[in-house]
Amino acid sequence: MINILIAILVLGTIAALFGALLGYASVRFHVVGDPIVEQLDALLPQTQCGQCGYPGCKPYAQAVANGEAINKCAPGGEETIKKIADLLGVDVEPIDENHEQNSSLGNGPTVAFIIEEDCIGCTKCIQACPVDAILGAAKQMHTILIDECTGCDLCVAPCPVDCIEMRVIPETIQNWQWDLNKIAVKQLN
Amino acid sequence: MTDYILLLIGTVLVNNFVLVQFLGLCPFMGVSSRTETAIGMSFATTFVMTLASLLSYLVTTYILTPLNLEYLTTMSFILVIAVVVQFTEMVVHKTSANLYRLLGIFLPLITTNCAVLGVALLNLRLEHNFFESIIYGFGAAAGFSLVLVMFSAMREKLANADVPSPFQGAAIAMITAGLMSLAFMGFSGLVKL
Repeated sequence: MINILIAILVLGTIAALFGALLGYASVRFHVVGDPIVEQLDALLPQTQCGQCGYPGCKPYAQAVANGEAINKCAPGGEETIKKIADLLGVDVEPIDENHEQNSSLGNGPTVAFIIEEDCIGCTKCIQACPVDAILGAAKQMHTILIDECTGCDLCVAPCPVDCIEMRVIPETIQNWQWDLNKIAVKQLN
Repeated sequence: MTDYILLLIGTVLVNNFVLVQFLGLCPFMGVSSRTETAIGMSFATTFVMTLASLLSYLVTTYILTPLNLEYLTTMSFILVIAVVVQFTEMVVHKTSANLYRLLGIFLPLITTNCAVLGVALLNLRLEHNFFESIIYGFGAAAGFSLVLVMFSAMREKLANADVPSPFQGAAIAMITAGLMSLAFMGFSGLVKL
């Protein structure tokens, strides 16, 4: 009888000791929030354009951390997808069809273009632009800073005279990318 | 000193835990599809196995043996391992959120990695002293890591290889593991323990 009591006591003591250690560790190594969300948020272009179906970049980062597809960020494009894939250790996916910008224009990133002779200088597109890529003032002709434009097409809808259109950036040596999927590879059996 | 080095080499190569003693096969197949994950898993397992063999030695020598409670070894070892794994999980979560995500469920599953309990019990059976226990634990983990990383590198190559369709996926991985095991048999007799 005494043996059993000793056994229980010993095992109980060991368990209590380890429990205390774990309790201390959980306080000492407490993780505030999920740092992965912050890192994802930093990779996203912060256009808050909502094309991914989420109300902004932070909510989309949160969703990606919870397992949402990584290929929904249209303004970020292929580069952002690559960075997210690196961070999460998953495979790079081609940008989602539904979130691809202006699939009618074909593949590739686009920028907004203002047909300047039609522009009435209403500044509505300036207010819509999330990255301040449109230059202009009231009753003055507006123009787009191509380097800043992320191609989110949020400025197209507010324009009352439809003078903004999305144009594909022509492929140059600087922005050309391998697309191995285009090469037909046959599986030999 | 020579004894310790021989014990280390013997554990890593000759009596490799995965390929010769067939312990810890679950993570060997489970986390070996990406080299990055395999390396992370190796570090976590090495940490757990070394610490677990140290702690389990202390528990048997200073608590269980003096009190004639040897029949509680398995139970208390499991307790020790569970605590070490939980502790490692917290540390990994704090230090590297990315590694924590990559390892996912396999991190808490180190608890059920039979190589960890195996190393503690084998330490007891082989009557290792304090330092031998640590070296044996570390050697077992180093052997596990070596094989895991090598195997994951091979599997990454296999993913692009033209494998006949009946052998695709797990089948070719099993065959590769078997061939690796055969190759490791070449080390037998290298060190006499």
